[in-house]
Amino acid sequence: MEPTNRMHQPWERALAFGAAVSMVAALWAIFVYVPTDRVQGIVQRIFYFHVPLALVTFLAFGITAVASALYLWRGHSRWDRVAYASAELGVVYCTLVLVTGPIWAKPIWGTWWTWDARLTTTLILWLIYIAYLMLRNLTTDPQQGARYAAVLGIIGALDIPVINRSVYWWRTIHPAVLITREGGTGLSDPRMQLTLAVSAVAMLLLFLWLLRARVAQADLHARIEELEKALLKA
Amino acid sequence: MGKASEIAIETVNLGKRLGVAWALQQVTMRVRPGERVAVLGPNGAGKSTLLRLLATLWKPSSGEVRLFGCSEPHAIPSLRRRLGYVGHNSLLYPQLTVAENLTFYAQLYGVQRAQERVDLLCDKLGLTGWRERPVRSLSRGLEQRTSLARALLHAPDLLLLDEPFTGLDTDASMRVTELVEQVSRAGATVLLATHDFTYAERLCERVVCLRAGTVVYDGPMELPLAGSYAAWVQNDGRREAGA
Amino acid sequence: MWTLLKKDLLLEWRAREMLPALLLLGTLTLVVLSFAFDPMLPWRREAAPGAFWVALLFAAVYGFGRSFVAEQQNEVLQGLLLAPLDRGTIYLAKATSTLVYLLAADSVLMALFVVFFDVPVHQGLWPWVAATLLASVGLAALGTLFAAISMRTRAREVMLPLLLLPLVVPLFLGGVEVTERCMAGRPLGAASAWLHLMAGFDVAAVVVAWLLFEYVVED
Repeated sequence: MEPTNRMHQPWERALAFGAAVSMVAALWAIFVYVPTDRVQGIVQRIFYFHVPLALVTFLAFGITAVASALYLWRGHSRWDRVAYASAELGVVYCTLVLVTGPIWAKPIWGTWWTWDARLTTTLILWLIYIAYLMLRNLTTDPQQGARYAAVLGIIGALDIPVINRSVYWWRTIHPAVLITREGGTGLSDPRMQLTLAVSAVAMLLLFLWLLRARVAQADLHARIEELEKALLKA
Repeated sequence: MGKASEIAIETVNLGKRLGVAWALQQVTMRVRPGERVAVLGPNGAGKSTLLRLLATLWKPSSGEVRLFGCSEPHAIPSLRRRLGYVGHNSLLYPQLTVAENLTFYAQLYGVQRAQERVDLLCDKLGLTGWRERPVRSLSRGLEQRTSLARALLHAPDLLLLDEPFTGLDTDASMRVTELVEQVSRAGATVLLATHDFTYAERLCERVVCLRAGTVVYDGPMELPLAGSYAAWVQNDGRREAGA
Repeated sequence: MWTLLKKDLLLEWRAREMLPALLLLGTLTLVVLSFAFDPMLPWRREAAPGAFWVALLFAAVYGFGRSFVAEQQNEVLQGLLLAPLDRGTIYLAKATSTLVYLLAADSVLMALFVVFFDVPVHQGLWPWVAATLLASVGLAALGTLFAAISMRTRAREVMLPLLLLPLVVPLFLGGVEVTERCMAGRPLGAASAWLHLMAGFDVAAVVVAWLLFEYVVED
């Protein structure tokens, strides 16, 4: 299949359409449909962004890790492009998680940062993402850089659950000001659950569509380079 | 599986990409055991790349390399025991002495009676007086000779030499040439990549000419001598030296 | 593999690259942290374990940058790759020699720590030793892999800490927790789970790094 960034394939169009529709639906649901949380107030609406963003962040890294493993094993640079695109998007989503978290935390719990297991793990994940991107950009030989980044992707993915577990243990030994866990608070109202679900779908579809677009662009870029070199030779 | 019936080297459409450019393309060749092949070509033609690929230092981007009949030489560590490689870099630890470096490599390759072998090669290459000197204090020529000693410690069946004569004075060059001839008589296959036609002519009976990553000539040494081809090769060599 | 190990040890003895770096940064960090915490305050005793582990971590991250220095000259690494060896063996030898140096530096740091932070020396300290040992194994395992990676990147000095520190958080947390416990004189109890975690981490780290090393080192 000749790479193109027009994205006219039927499934790509469906994806774009789905992403757009669910995004609109999610926004409506978050701002209009869902009732204001009695305890936390309006600020609680951030939760509907924060959690889906977090889900996608971890999914993105998972994709990076799997693509990295496939790249090392098989050697097709396609996998490397997928891993890289996923990491690029992942770091954006991760940054958003780290930004929405404190914004939500401050009015509710009176402190910007909670050091709970999930948020801390996300912070470390963010650092690993940054390291991944820096590795790609700072290595003198791009192919070598791709390989290094793939190694990091795999090790990072294996490490994240361990990190999560250890931070969680650490927290239980040193409980902070608050003991409540994020995301567990009062989702009794089915409308809240629905909103969360819709938002999650929206974020996911948006991510997948962006991923597809980014990978298509990277494919095209690689193809152009190849053609350039072939022309220069002739 | 008798050695005589094994093809020493076989490449099929071998290619290597460096970055986006192809340093080597569509190289198909066969070398029989005991042959002495010169790999000639101007700078950037891909000689070093070819040798590195054959030494399993680099993996091919396309095509295959087969060494001694094995199609995945990269994956078989024990195959490397039959290879000897001398490259642009001496692959020696500068802080260690000549003797230490050679003993180290001998042990690494599992050479029997390592000390004797080290002594023998030092003697052959005129390194005896320098054995206890750290490599970083050696001149380029001496370092090059030590590098050759390193490559010969384990009596390889296939010797890959990338510009071994650069930086050598006449005496050293003579020693090296003699040693390579001796090794070849003992049955080893030799691939010599060089700019310098004189040594190629003296040592090898077959020539592979590379230009811009592809093979432009592959045949006996006599042919280029007759006529304009020699001039082409000579001119290329001289053009780089002069220009 | 023993050949490689011997060679590494010999080299270090000659060139003295890594050990001084480890010791220097570890000691400096301990000293600076001693100043950071007012010796009069009671909670200094409680903050002490953290200080030790920070010093250890920083020393390791800085010192490991030196582990492949010898191989960078004359492309010696190619010489090793040419040898009839598994790539993984090269890794194991390097990681082991790195571990040896790290442990040597550890003992000095531990001694300094006892002195600077006035730690009572009694038998209850063995968990601390165990934790340091386990952490060192994990650090050496991952550190060697990433040192090889950062060897060929620009901003080499920054790359290694950036890569290594986030990944060794479990080791760090475990180390601090265990050290805290045993310095406070409390029995290990539940905290031994941390030691198990670190041990598991180490095993996984060595195996994964051993497997992935060839991808880092080949072209």
